[in-house]
Amino acid sequence: MNKEEALFKYLIRLGDNALILGQRLGEWCGHAHQLESDIALTNVALDNVGQARMLLTKAGEIEGKERTEDDLAFHRNEFEFRNNLLLEQPNGDFGQTIMRQFLFDVFQFHFLNELKKSKNDFLQSFAVKSLKEVSYHRGLSSDWVIRLGDGTDKSHNKMQNALDALWEYTGELFEMNEVDELLIKEDMVPDLSELKPKWEEEVKAILNEATLTIPDTKGYMATGSRDGHHTEHLGYILAEMQYLPRMMPDAKW
Amino acid sequence: MKESDIWNILEDVKDPEIPVLSVVDLGIVRKVEERAKDDYLITITPTYSGCPAMDTIEREIKETLKQNNISSEVKTSISPAWTTDWLTEKGRKNLEEYGIAPPSEATTDKSFLTGKHKAVRCPQCKSENTTLVSQFGSTACKALYKCDDCLENFDYFKCI
Repeated sequence: MNKEEALFKYLIRLGDNALILGQRLGEWCGHAHQLESDIALTNVALDNVGQARMLLTKAGEIEGKERTEDDLAFHRNEFEFRNNLLLEQPNGDFGQTIMRQFLFDVFQFHFLNELKKSKNDFLQSFAVKSLKEVSYHRGLSSDWVIRLGDGTDKSHNKMQNALDALWEYTGELFEMNEVDELLIKEDMVPDLSELKPKWEEEVKAILNEATLTIPDTKGYMATGSRDGHHTEHLGYILAEMQYLPRMMPDAKW
Repeated sequence: MKESDIWNILEDVKDPEIPVLSVVDLGIVRKVEERAKDDYLITITPTYSGCPAMDTIEREIKETLKQNNISSEVKTSISPAWTTDWLTEKGRKNLEEYGIAPPSEATTDKSFLTGKHKAVRCPQCKSENTTLVSQFGSTACKALYKCDDCLENFDYFKCI
């Protein structure tokens, strides 16, 4: 694998995260418990879709096979997607969506803060731009985790159930492979193992304030997305998201 | 035509979602470069990554220049990243008159960096007795506030 191939794979990884999370959050449009939350979730969705567009467009350019952002978003199958398993998990109730968002936002905040130092011009600019947006996402999800976790018995239980269901998908956020190794050597991307203590510290502090308990998974963490192995949920997302462009491949906006 | 004339013409291109704000006031036109006689390269930058108005803005810039017999190409660049600090004084004044509170601080202010935000002034009654309702509003660039004196809800152009 050369540098360009590694960069392509890395951009796909980041682009798929933004795309799948954006699609998931978009499912909330018109369904949240109050107008402000509906608008907030879809605003976060829009930021993610915007980020996905930049990342997949760049990935297509680096690959050099004339694949556009749309080709990459709509004409790949599950096993070609590299988004983290956490992000394809179903929305569930509002608590589960917020918990998923919180666990990812804290990761993304610290990740982008490091990616700002990248020697790759695009990754550097992307990080500076997206960090402004993710800072607001992180504020939203952290506030809700505390408010609902430390809320009524009912909201507390729902948040605890969400944490119990999602925690096993967090280990994978920090997994690295030969793509990371190669790009770390070029000072283009951060070493994810160095991010983990910062993520853990912040997540634990907020969960503590929210009176929630991290479940004991006895060391088990789900894995697979770096190699294209996904949970059953991704196929359903793609079926819905890709239906139109596959049915009518020449359809234009 | 000179470069300064092009900037003047671009004052006529408005943000499609906030029609009192020109693309120049908004700070999204970053560069105007002459490529040949009456042919310019315009560089713009999105406010937010997912800003859905970018395509419309690009089209309107080209169209407006064409009406002035200028041909152009519009390029989008994400670096340096857009910040509300680039809103012009005129833009801020127009926003407030239109009923949207302009950013109350600069991203370099101590209050912004420490998260102890300055009060946001109600664009209707000018009271600073206001409360944040939601950090996310009707478009990506706005938050929702309410005024505790005149009791009106209002949009706030949030600081990024």
